[in-house]
Amino acid sequence: MSYDVIKPIVVLLSLIIAGLIFGLRVYQLLWVNLRRGQPSNPFGQWSERIKGLIVFVGAQLRLFRFPIPGIAHFFIFWGFMLLSLTILQAIIEGLLAFMKPNFVLPLIGNFGPLALIQDLFILFVAIAVVYGLYVRLITNPERYKGSHKSEGVMVLFFILTIMVSLLVMNGIRINLGEDPIQYWRPISLNVGRLFTGLNERGQIIIGEVAYWIHLGIVLAFLTELPGGKHFHVVTALPAVFLRDLEPPGRLPPTPEFNGDFGVSAVEKFRWRQMLDFYTCTECGRCQEVCPAYNSGSALSPKLLMMSLRDNLMERGEALSAHSSNNVDKPAILERSLVGEIITDEILWACTSCLACDQECPLFIEHVTPIVDMRRHLVIEGRLDTQLQDALSNLSRYGNSFGQSERMRAKWTQPLQPKIRDARREAVEYLWFVGDYASYSASINDITCTTAEVFQTADLDFGILYDAERNSGNDVRRVGEEGLFEMLAEKNSMALSKCTFKTIVTTDPHSYNTIKNEYPINGNGHYSVLHYSELLDRLISSGQLKFSKQLGYKVTYHDPCYLGRYNGVYDAPRRVIEATGCELIEMPRNRDRAFCCGAGGGRIWMEEGEVKERPSESRIREAAELDGISTFVVACPKDLTMYRDAVKTTGQEDRLVVKDLIELVHEAL
Amino acid sequence: MNILVLIKLVPDLVEELTIDAGGTTLDMTWLRLIINELDDHAIEEAILLKERGEASVTIVAPDVEGVDDVLFTAAAKGADRLIKLTGNFTEQVNNHALARAFTSIIKDLNPDLVLTGVQAHDDLDGSVGPLVAGYMGMPYVGYVSRISLSSETATVHKEYPGGVIAVMEVKLPTVMGIQAAEQPPRYVAVSKVRQAMKTATIEERTVDELDLSGGVTVSRMFQPEISERATMIEGDEEQVSARLIEIFREAGVL
Amino acid sequence: MNQDIFVVIEHLRGQVSDISYIMLAAARALAQSQGGRVLGILLGHNAQGLAKNLAADQVLYLDHPSLADFTSDAYQRALASLITEQAPRAVFFGNTSIGADLASFLSAHLELPLLHACHSVTSEGKLISQICGGKIMTESDLANTMTLVTMIPGGFKSEEGQSEKPPEVTSMTTPALENLRVTLKEYIEPEVGDVDISKEPILIAVGRGIQNQDNIELAEGLAKALDGVVCASRPVVDQGWLPSTRLVGKSGKKVKPEIYLTLGISGAPEHIEGIVDSKLIIAINTDPSAPIFDVAQYGVEIDLFDLVEALTEKVGQAKG
Repeated sequence: MSYDVIKPIVVLLSLIIAGLIFGLRVYQLLWVNLRRGQPSNPFGQWSERIKGLIVFVGAQLRLFRFPIPGIAHFFIFWGFMLLSLTILQAIIEGLLAFMKPNFVLPLIGNFGPLALIQDLFILFVAIAVVYGLYVRLITNPERYKGSHKSEGVMVLFFILTIMVSLLVMNGIRINLGEDPIQYWRPISLNVGRLFTGLNERGQIIIGEVAYWIHLGIVLAFLTELPGGKHFHVVTALPAVFLRDLEPPGRLPPTPEFNGDFGVSAVEKFRWRQMLDFYTCTECGRCQEVCPAYNSGSALSPKLLMMSLRDNLMERGEALSAHSSNNVDKPAILERSLVGEIITDEILWACTSCLACDQECPLFIEHVTPIVDMRRHLVIEGRLDTQLQDALSNLSRYGNSFGQSERMRAKWTQPLQPKIRDARREAVEYLWFVGDYASYSASINDITCTTAEVFQTADLDFGILYDAERNSGNDVRRVGEEGLFEMLAEKNSMALSKCTFKTIVTTDPHSYNTIKNEYPINGNGHYSVLHYSELLDRLISSGQLKFSKQLGYKVTYHDPCYLGRYNGVYDAPRRVIEATGCELIEMPRNRDRAFCCGAGGGRIWMEEGEVKERPSESRIREAAELDGISTFVVACPKDLTMYRDAVKTTGQEDRLVVKDLIELVHEAL
Repeated sequence: MNILVLIKLVPDLVEELTIDAGGTTLDMTWLRLIINELDDHAIEEAILLKERGEASVTIVAPDVEGVDDVLFTAAAKGADRLIKLTGNFTEQVNNHALARAFTSIIKDLNPDLVLTGVQAHDDLDGSVGPLVAGYMGMPYVGYVSRISLSSETATVHKEYPGGVIAVMEVKLPTVMGIQAAEQPPRYVAVSKVRQAMKTATIEERTVDELDLSGGVTVSRMFQPEISERATMIEGDEEQVSARLIEIFREAGVL
Repeated sequence: MNQDIFVVIEHLRGQVSDISYIMLAAARALAQSQGGRVLGILLGHNAQGLAKNLAADQVLYLDHPSLADFTSDAYQRALASLITEQAPRAVFFGNTSIGADLASFLSAHLELPLLHACHSVTSEGKLISQICGGKIMTESDLANTMTLVTMIPGGFKSEEGQSEKPPEVTSMTTPALENLRVTLKEYIEPEVGDVDISKEPILIAVGRGIQNQDNIELAEGLAKALDGVVCASRPVVDQGWLPSTRLVGKSGKKVKPEIYLTLGISGAPEHIEGIVDSKLIIAINTDPSAPIFDVAQYGVEIDLFDLVEALTEKVGQAKG
C-alpha cells in the first residue's frame, strides 16, 4: 500500500480514536455530571450576552487587568482561532491524501492577507508561549501556587510544537513550490530556507514528519483537555455567554427549606455552577487579589474551584460506576465535600469582597458556592462561638451587639432639633442608619455629624428609630437564610408603614441588600442611595454649600459593597474634590480596592491565625503614598477596622482615618 | 432512658430593670423574658446524652411570654417532647411554686434523669433543681459539668472552685443542676426553628393551684447606686496600694 | 424554736473555705440585732481541728466516715435531722457547690422558707440580697418560722468571721447514714498548662502603657501575689509580648473575673467588650480622660510603674 493510502487511513483512525476519547470524556463531564446538578435560572437578555462574548472573549478584556500576561493570552487565543483553520486544512488534506494532494481550503486557503496574518500569529503565539514558559519556570509567581504547573508547561510545549511544526510544514511546501501565495508567508518562507540544503525527497520526509507531529500533538491536546485546566477551551464560550447578569449583590433565591439548605455534596450545586468549576484555568488572578488568601488564611478561591472541579469529576465517575456495576461503594463517595475536602475553616475565611469574581476573566463565581456551602454549615450548627453569639443576638435583638432594640436610637439623644420619626411623619429621605452607626460607641460621633450635615442641607429626612433592624446583608452571606428572611420581613414591615421617596444609608452593606435583595423576596422595591451619592447630588444642586476648601492631601478606600458590588466609584470622589481636598489614588483602587476584612460576617467571627490583617496591609499601602495625611472611608465597618489598624501598625502619627462626612462637615 | 429538662424564663438583663410602684417587685412592662442561660446548658447536655445513647428528651416549661419560641428551638435541637405548664404563671411565681408544679409532671412521667440549670439570676428563694429534689425525695447533685449514664447510675463531674473536680456516682433516678454542658449550647438555624413550629406540638398541662409558700417576704426592692465614672483613688503609691488592698478584701479576694 | 443562728461550715480537702468565715461574720451581725448565739455546724470525719479559728459561740460537730468529704445525700440527711432536732432561728449556707446542694433541698424537704443570694446584714438585722447580675437588691426580714439563708461573698470580710480563741466544740449524735445514693469516687486536679483566662477570677490586664515586654514581669509579679493571671489588650498581643490566649476583647476572650485590674489600658470599646461582665474593674492609667474610667469602678492616675511594685509588696504582706 502506498503512503498516500496509508496516510488517510491513519488520519481517519487517529481522528476517530481521539474523537471518541474526547467525546466520551466530554459526555461524562458535561452531560452526565451536569445532569446530576440542580436546575439553573432561565437566562435571557440575549443581546447583552452576545455583547459579552464580543468584549470578554473576543477582545479578552478582563485579561488585560494583568497587562503582559493579558497580551500573551490575547495572541494565544486569537492565534488558536485563526490557526484552527490550518488544522482543519491539515486534517482534510490528510484524509484526501490518496486522491488530492496539496489540498487547501476553498476560498480562504489561498487568500494572501489571511495567510500573512496567520503566519505572523504563529510567531506571536510562539513568543507568547515562550513568555509563558519563562513565567512558569523562572519567575514562578505566587498566583501559580497550587496550580498544576507541569500540566501548564506541557501544554505550552504542545502549542510551541504545533507552531513550529506548522512553520516547517508550510516552509517545506514553499520549498517544493506547492504554495502559490508563498510571499504572503514570510516567516514560513524563512523557516523553509533552513531546509533548502536537503534534496527533494529529504524535504518531503521532513514535511511529512512535521505533519504527523503537528496532527499528533493537536489530537493529544484534544484528548488531554477535558477535565483539566485547559477545559476552558471548550467551556469558556458557554460560560461567558451564560454568565449571571443579575447584580452581583443579589444572591440567587433559595429553594424552600426542606430539612436542609445549601450544598453538602457537589450534586447540590446548580449545573451552571458546575460549568464554572470546569472553566477554571488555574490562572490564580483571584488568589492574587483575595484578602483572605493574602492574610495567610486557608482560603484560596482558585484552589477552591480546583477542589470543586476535582470532586465533581471523581464523584461523577464513582457514581456512574457504582450505579451501573453495583460495585461496593467507592471510598470517594464517603468523603464529605463540606468538612473533609473543603474544610469549615476555608469556607468561613471569605469576606465576600468579590475581588475574585471581579478579577476572573471567565466570570467564574467564587462567592456564591461559598455561601451555598456555608448555608449547610449553618444548618449543621458548625459555627464558632463568636459567630453563634452574633447570630443569636441578631435573632433576639435585631443587632449583633446584643443591645436592646430600644437602645438603637440612643445616639440621637444629644441632638437638637430631634430627628424626625419616619414612623409617624412622611419624609422625603428615610435614613436607614445601620447597626454599626447606631450601636458602636466609638463611631456614634460620626453618626451625629451625619445628622448635622443633613440638617444643615435642609434635608427632609427621618429615621425608623426602634423599628430598624440589621438589614441582613451579612447574615445572608454567612448563610443564615432563615434569619435573613426574618430581618428583612421586620424591616419591610416597618418600611411599608412609612411614607418616603428614597432610602439613604451610610452603610454600603445595608445599601446593597435593600437595593438588590429586598425586592426579590417580595419585600418591596425601593429607591436607595448611599450617602456619598446623596451628598454628590446636594453639592451639585447647591443645596449643600461649602464655606472653605480644606486642602488636605487624602486617599480614598472604595468600600467593597459600594464599589465592586454596586459600581459607585465617582460620587464619593466628586464629594472629596468638592471639599477642596486633593485625592491621591490608592495603588489598588476602584474595583481593585483591597477589602478591610470585615465583610461576609468575618467581623463577627474569631480571627484565627493571620500573617497580616487585610486592614493592616491596606493601611501600609496608604502609608507609602507621599504626603498623605488622611485615609478617607465611606463605610462604618471600614471606619472601625481602619482606625484599629492605624493603631496596631503604629501609624498614628502618620495617618488619620476620616469618614467622608467628616470632610464635608469640616468644609461647611 | 427518659430525660426530663426543667426550664424557666428569666428577665433579660439587656433591658433596663425597673421596680414597680409597690416597691417590692420588678416592673414587668418593659421586661423581656429569655431562657435561663444554665437551663439552655441543661437542654444541651440532655441532647448530647440522647445523641450518645438511647434516650428521649422531654422539656417542661411554665407558660409565660416567649415560651413557645424557646420550646420550638429545643425541638429543633432534637428534643422529643415539649410540655407547657399552663396556669396562673405570672412572672412573679417563685421557685417553690414552680418546683411544686414541676413535681406533678415528674410523678406522671417518671424520668430516669431530671436536668435543670444549677441556678438562675432571678433566684430569690433558692433554685429549682434542689427544690424539686427535696419535694420528690430524689438525690441531687449540683454544679455538674459532665454526665455519663449507665442503666442504674450516673457518674458526674461536680465543679469546685479553682478548677478542682469531684467525680460522684449517683443512683438513678436523680435530679442534677447543670453548671455547664460539655459543649456550649449549639446554634440552631432560624429555618430549623421555623420548621419545628410546623412539625412539633406543645402539650399543655394545667396546674390548678400555685402554692407560693417557701419564699421570704421582700419588704423593699431597690437598685444599687450606679456611679457615672470611676471613684478615683488619690495619694501616692503607698496610700493607693493600701486602699487597693482594702478593696481586694471587700471583694473577698484577699 | 430558739434564737440560735446556725452556720454550715464548708470545707474542701482539709481547708475551711472563705465563705464559712464570711457567713460567721454575717451571723454575728444578725445576732447583734436580734439576739441569739452563733453556732458553727461542722460535718466531717476526724475534722474537729477545722473548728479552731471559727468565730462562733459554739461548734456542733457531727462525725461520720460518710461525712469525711462532701456528698449531698449524706450531708442533707445529717443536717435535716440536726435542724429538726435543734430548731434554730436561722441556718446559713454558702451559695456554693456545697451549700447550694443543701439549702433549697432542705427548704423543700423540711418545708422551711429560704432566702437566696444574701449579700449583707444591716445593723437593724435586715437581710440584703443581690439578684439579676447585681442590678437588683432586696431587703427582707427573717420569716416567722425557722429560716434558711444562702449567702454570697461581698458584704463581709472573712477576717470578721475568724477568731484567735477556738470555740467550744460539742460532738452530736450523727444519724445512721446508710444506703446513700451519692458517693464520691475521686477528685481531679486542674491541668497545668496555659490558663483559660475566661475562667480566672483575678486578672491583671496590661495594655500599651506597659511599654515593652520586659515590663510585663511587673504585672506577672502582681498577678502571682494575688493568685491571678496576666492578660492583655490588643496592642500587647500584637507585639507578641503575650500569647493570643491572653487576649481580652472583641477578637479575644470575654472574661468575667471578680477583679479586673488594668495597667496602661486606654479602654477602647473593643477591649471593653471583653470585660463588661467583670465584677470589679480597677483602672490604672495616667490619662484622666481615658475611656476605661467610664467602666471602671475605681481609678488611679499615678504611674503604673510606681504603683505596681508597691502594690505587689503590700499584697505579699497582707497574705502573710
